[in-house]
Amino acid sequence: MQEPIIQIKDLVAAYGDREVLKGINLDIYPGESIAILGRSGCGKSTLLRHMIGLAQPKSGEVRIKGEDIGSMNEEERNEVLKKTGMLFQSAALFNSMTVGDNVAFPLREHTDLEESTISIMMKMKLDLVGLSGFDDFKPAELSGGMKKRAGLARALAMDPEILFCDEPSAGLDPIVGAGLDNLIRRLQKAFNMTIVVVTHEMESVYIIADRIAMLHEGRILAVGTKDELLNHPDPRVKQFLNREADDEEMDRDSYLKTIMGKDE
Amino acid sequence: MTEIANKLLGNIGRSTLDVLQQLRGVRSLTAEAGYWMFIAPFRSQKLKWKNTIEQMVKIGFNSMPIVLLIAFFVGLIIAMQSAYQLERFGTTIYVANLVAVSLTRELAPLLTAIIVTGRSGSAITAEIGTMKVSEEVDALQTMGLNPVRFLVVPRLLAIMIMLPCLTVIADLVGIFGGYVLAMGTLDLTSVRYIDQTISALTFRDLSSGLIKSVFFAFIIGMNGCFQGLSVRGGAEGVGKSTTRSVVVSIFLIILADVFFTFLFFSTF
Ligand SMILES: Nc1ncnc2c1ncn2[C@@H]1O[C@H](COP(=O)(O)OP(=O)(O)O)[C@@H](O)[C@H]1O
Ligand SMILES: [Mg+2]
Repeated sequence: MQEPIIQIKDLVAAYGDREVLKGINLDIYPGESIAILGRSGCGKSTLLRHMIGLAQPKSGEVRIKGEDIGSMNEEERNEVLKKTGMLFQSAALFNSMTVGDNVAFPLREHTDLEESTISIMMKMKLDLVGLSGFDDFKPAELSGGMKKRAGLARALAMDPEILFCDEPSAGLDPIVGAGLDNLIRRLQKAFNMTIVVVTHEMESVYIIADRIAMLHEGRILAVGTKDELLNHPDPRVKQFLNREADDEEMDRDSYLKTIMGKDE
Repeated sequence: MTEIANKLLGNIGRSTLDVLQQLRGVRSLTAEAGYWMFIAPFRSQKLKWKNTIEQMVKIGFNSMPIVLLIAFFVGLIIAMQSAYQLERFGTTIYVANLVAVSLTRELAPLLTAIIVTGRSGSAITAEIGTMKVSEEVDALQTMGLNPVRFLVVPRLLAIMIMLPCLTVIADLVGIFGGYVLAMGTLDLTSVRYIDQTISALTFRDLSSGLIKSVFFAFIIGMNGCFQGLSVRGGAEGVGKSTTRSVVVSIFLIILADVFFTFLFFSTF
């Protein structure tokens, strides 16, 4: 078996004293596309933030190509980050810049390329995501789906080896969303990237992912291909895959805890 | 009774801890900004001059009309108020002294700082805060680019360069305001008033005002950026932080003013 490109070991993440991730273990291999699936609020974005070094784990570690990203100094981490791209849930385009400048920005800051070369590369990236001709638009002038595409073009600017996507199709209508998922899948195959997609939507997963990791209550419940998960012994896995609603039963104690705002 | 006391003490303790934590945050942001301003440029990580100049235009140049207007009228007002007192002694010529000295030493730096706090300190917080809630700050970081270098340093440099410049302009325009009043209502000749102004002013008056304004600029810029970066929770958070940014800056400016005035008063 290949060496994993990303290794998550016993990752515990907390906001204050509240643990959101309670010991995550996951290996991600080069060239694969993995979906991390879980309900809203279960800590998917938190997990991504730790994988890309935006947040420090409470304990445990995330290794990218064997190096612990949490214990790197800023310079080392920035070198790693140059080779990764991130598509945010809200696209996170720089609103003060045009779409073209957004895509060109990482190239301008990280390379010594001529402005003319950068402009060509920027147009190529926008073309890849189907936004050619939109370089002079401001992000505010784009629709939600177009913003995500522009965010994707910016994430691809430096030809990353690893692409992280936070809920790429969330908040888009099903057709536009599926289009974006297909686009990500196509680009992954074309450039042989490793892709980590976080999502709560099964449709996305079926389009994008080779493997699925199910996140539930701060732990990875199951990992495997779609077929493996469909035959998984744990009923909660099947429940999520089949989109069944939760039974609303709750004992009195946990109900009290919920309304008192205590999590544990 | 004890319950109320407990609550009160608890609140005092919490706010103290809060303030201490903010102070720690400001200290580390200052250290980081210092690194990107003074050390990193020698390690081939250049200052972002283009952004800095953009900010200088936004913060400094665009504040000019309002600073000019207010400085002119304040000069006029001081001249009037001093004339009211000095007329009784028949020494209205000293209006020139009072206008020149009170403006350069105190009023021009203070007023300019307060105007710029309202106009630009708030804008800095709102801008950075909005970038924070829309994940733009995180996006910078995931590209391997340091937000302090790209967002904080250009604004801090811009304001520290522009505020003293604006203060000099306010000095001149304020003195002109006093001159206009003197010429209009007092029985003084133009040459005499100008001579008196020049002889009243010392280098110390000008420089102490300018030194103050550099520190005021640091307060506005640093606090503005810090409040922006500590925004939590959406548009409402941006609004709250912007208000806090203005209130805290003005308070700190007054504190610093007391400190420096005392320092200059006792040493010069
Ligand atoms: N900055 C934060 N401070 C405190 N709690 C947070 C913060 N961000 C997220 N959380 C909490 O952590 C949990 C996981 O959040 P998140 O990772 O955003 O979930 P997801 O992306 O799966 O919807 C949520 O319960 C959320 O309330
Ligand atoms: Mg999320």
